[in-house]
Amino acid sequence: MDMIHAAKFIGAGLATIAFVGSGIGIGVVFGNYISGALRNPGAAQSQFTNLYIGYALCELQGLFGLLIALILMYT
Amino acid sequence: MAASPMEQFEVKPLIPIHVGGYDISFTNQALWMCVVVGAVSLFMAVALRKRSVVPTRMQSMAEMSYEFVANMINMAAGEEGLKFFPLIFTVFLFIAASNFFGLIPGSFTVTSQIAVTFTLTALVILTVIVTGFIRHGIGFFRLFAPDAPIYILLFLVPLEVISFCARPMSLSMRLFANMLAGHTMLKVMAGFVITLGGAGGVYTLLAAAPEVLIVGLTALEFLVAFLQAYVFAILSCIYLSEALHLHDNH
Repeated sequence: MDMIHAAKFIGAGLATIAFVGSGIGIGVVFGNYISGALRNPGAAQSQFTNLYIGYALCELQGLFGLLIALILMYT
Repeated sequence: MAASPMEQFEVKPLIPIHVGGYDISFTNQALWMCVVVGAVSLFMAVALRKRSVVPTRMQSMAEMSYEFVANMINMAAGEEGLKFFPLIFTVFLFIAASNFFGLIPGSFTVTSQIAVTFTLTALVILTVIVTGFIRHGIGFFRLFAPDAPIYILLFLVPLEVISFCARPMSLSMRLFANMLAGHTMLKVMAGFVITLGGAGGVYTLLAAAPEVLIVGLTALEFLVAFLQAYVFAILSCIYLSEALHLHDNH
């Protein structure tokens, strides 16, 4: 029984690795937005929506990892 | 041992009500929902009581929030999307207000319950589906089949169907998990302060480090609180826009 508990905690910890990808993704999204916005400030405002869609999609992938960690720990 | 960081998300009945085997107690969740709705309604009512051409501070705040959402809908869903302004505006203000109220120490974050976020999402997605069928009839299913050669469609249609079905989950999960993660993080940091502060000696001084971190994280949480309301509203707009225009033009 203890083994299962330990394995659950290890699994929950491993699931948080998902945030590595999420972090890289958000960095790419915002970095590219800023470099694009500095090159062409006129078009920056119109791409604001797309920026946050990209951000939201990237973040979600990390949050799925969090969800799995929560499921492992509390079920 | 400090209290569990998850304790803050517990739904506790304040006034127990049981009807026909169902537990419909008035919980702290219901109380804070009432507080949020009441606060937003009160703000709007007070701000727009005297409507003057030169707005007062309160009135210009109300007008700014109106224009902010109206611009967002216009950008994401076009002129036609403005029909859904009341829905998007209500959802946006409700989520933003409940996220901000959740940051008050000792309060309850309504949006940290997946039941709440999923209900909001269901509202949006059902609106999208109903709108799509009213506007396009059976042609709404063209949403799953963009203009492409038949051999690409074989792969594309299942993908589009899966992505459509994943939307309610992703929309509700995003808000719920963000609120949950943020508040848990704050509580874990607060736990560090208590434990270090109680340890005595040099550790008491070290407690200042997580304390400072909490201040920074709270500022970050304010950003996230607004951002998640914005993201929820804008994704709702985009889904509505797809139902309105299918794949034709954007």
